[in-house]
Amino acid sequence: MSADTTAKLLDSASALRQEVGENFHDALAEALYTDAAQIADRAVTRPDQRRRFDLDRTIDHLVTSRMFGFPIMIALLTLVFWLTIQGANVPSALLASLLLDTVHPALLDLGDMLHFPWWLSGVLFDGAYLAAAWVVSVMLPPMAIFFPLFTLLEDFGYLPRVAFNLDRLFSKAGAHGKQALSMTMGFGCNAAGVVATRVIDSPRERLIAIITNNFAICNGRWPTLIMVSTIFIGGAVPAALAGFVSALAVVGIAVLGVLITFASSWFLSRTMLKGEASVFSLELPPYRPPRIWQTIYTSMIDRTLIVLWRAVTMAVPAGIVIWTSSNVIIGGESIAEQMVTFLDGFGWLIGLNGVILVAYIVAIPANEIVIPTVLMLTVLTAGLSDVGEGAGVMFELDSNNAIREILHVGGWTTLTAINLLLFSLLHNPCSTTILTIYNETKSLKWTAVATLMPVVMGIGITLITATIARTFGWV
Amino acid sequence: MTVTIPTTKPLNAHAACETCPMNRHLERLGVKMDNWDYVIALAGNPNTGKSTVFNALTGLRQHTGNWPGKTVARAEGGFQYGDERYKLVDLPGTYSLLAASVDEEIARDFILFGQPDVTVIVVDATRLERNLNLVLQVLEITDKAVVALNLMDEAERHGLQVDPRRLARDLGVPIVPMVARRNEGVKELLQVVHDVAVGEIQSRPHRIRTTHHQALDRAVDQLVTQIEAEFPGLPNVRWVALRLLDDDAQIEQAIRDGSLGDLSRDGSDTAIPDNLLIAEVSA
Repeated sequence: MSADTTAKLLDSASALRQEVGENFHDALAEALYTDAAQIADRAVTRPDQRRRFDLDRTIDHLVTSRMFGFPIMIALLTLVFWLTIQGANVPSALLASLLLDTVHPALLDLGDMLHFPWWLSGVLFDGAYLAAAWVVSVMLPPMAIFFPLFTLLEDFGYLPRVAFNLDRLFSKAGAHGKQALSMTMGFGCNAAGVVATRVIDSPRERLIAIITNNFAICNGRWPTLIMVSTIFIGGAVPAALAGFVSALAVVGIAVLGVLITFASSWFLSRTMLKGEASVFSLELPPYRPPRIWQTIYTSMIDRTLIVLWRAVTMAVPAGIVIWTSSNVIIGGESIAEQMVTFLDGFGWLIGLNGVILVAYIVAIPANEIVIPTVLMLTVLTAGLSDVGEGAGVMFELDSNNAIREILHVGGWTTLTAINLLLFSLLHNPCSTTILTIYNETKSLKWTAVATLMPVVMGIGITLITATIARTFGWV
Repeated sequence: MTVTIPTTKPLNAHAACETCPMNRHLERLGVKMDNWDYVIALAGNPNTGKSTVFNALTGLRQHTGNWPGKTVARAEGGFQYGDERYKLVDLPGTYSLLAASVDEEIARDFILFGQPDVTVIVVDATRLERNLNLVLQVLEITDKAVVALNLMDEAERHGLQVDPRRLARDLGVPIVPMVARRNEGVKELLQVVHDVAVGEIQSRPHRIRTTHHQALDRAVDQLVTQIEAEFPGLPNVRWVALRLLDDDAQIEQAIRDGSLGDLSRDGSDTAIPDNLLIAEVSA
């Protein structure tokens, strides 16, 4: 077919369009709706009596009401974390005693039996194995409880209600209401959350959603928050309240993340990314009874084990690097010690320490290994050499007490813990997320903004809390 | 196509057993798809269980979640049913195909230019009226369609009685009632998809009537004649005419660059255009 006839066809289409007039679109839509309504009406029989009680609607009125919506959201989150923290204690202790107190010394004995040189034993068992063992014992139990619970809420249909509640706030912040959905995805994984922003059509609002997604706490960071809250916040109150208070602390950080999402969306939409919020309609799906066993199974396989595997594969090389850098001595001090000492001053300034900062650098590929790295570096640089021997002193009680001991030796205070919680919320995204942001935006500028903005905020806020705490002499 | 349609009826009992649908076996192939006999598109409103149907057929575990907008790009997987291998493409959930958003554009472009052998439209039985908007739009584009009437259990729970036979008669395409998350209706769906793919079922789907607008009907008729002259054999002339009248820039572009013309030839063994193969997003 020639270009000539094509043009003719398009011309006559445009002429006819004039003829038909403006209301064509509406007429077509009307025809569509009329037909759909008629066909549906013929195919569906409704029961004669009016429904006495619509459970879905009643629940919706409650969970999306202005008065109860947010309290219910926070209460549900607290319940989930309380169950996670309470439930993870015992299996964590069991795993720690198995992997660290039993298997680790056995491996060292095996190394002796086979006449391994000290460095080989060190790299393999004190480096690679120990890092992997920490990851498993610290992360597996909370994840195995948290992910299925969260997935059950998702399957039940609660997430769109969360989006509904947050929509008003997002549009006030000049962002798209669907950002609530990508943010909720970010609570699982920020890289997935960034991809999920594709549901937002406006490029401006999508960029806001991408840049602020990192403020939704991801899989890799939950265990850090849960552990630090359990040890330092829960440890500071009477035992009966410990679980509840630690859960509240974790929720507090998550809610703070949501507030920061609003604040930074508001800031971006008034400075770098000016514009009006667009409207959209969100369908509230029916509540569906979740299939409990299938949900538990798939969230174990798809989320827990995948996240754990990612953490282990990152932890093994990290463990080797940490061990090696702690044992290669240059000028009388190991490389790790030199790095830690180098960063200690700045770390002190923002209420953290050199070990934590080195850990966050090591953990750029995966946030999951922050805690194991902190523990290994503390053990190796603070001279707690008996951990490697399995002397039993450190791991006699349960894993949390053992960790507490190690961190106290490392000079941790409540300020360190609180600022670590804050810094865990506010730091650069992991390298996978950074790469995803670049792939989605194809812009170095916005990738840099999304990467650096949280770190700058994190350093600023921890600097403020540290200065305040020191001014008032709290630490 | 590598498969020919059997035209003769089985002659003896043994042959009948071999070809009996009950003996056909579903083999889930996951993502291991290199060659396939038929391409099946999976369309539907958001949150109707498309991904659940997708998982039930392919054995993949694409993340399913009870919220709309979860599948943001296309996911692909494969299965073998009987002797034929099928490639299944899960399209993003949309309420319409007017290409007002990226999702709608992806879904529409695939159904129009990807020319799937069968388009399965997953429909929420509890919200039939709204879901039918999309069904009617898909039926404007293709007549090789099957409606999977999903969530029948919930319709029951809400006290709704949905009559699949009435629906099939009105829509003019096969209807398969399902409860995908309990695997109910999957076998039936496979059989119908197979029958439509090989051409054993020929549908004459419902087309939107616009009789109450005379100027419009005249304009459509006039354009249809012109388009038919330009693109003989185009399967959805009327829809193209409607889109042109609605000032659809993409369809105009497709006419200009000839991609619409490609559809009027026997497109059954043309490859899927590269621009439709959007990167798969892991759940």
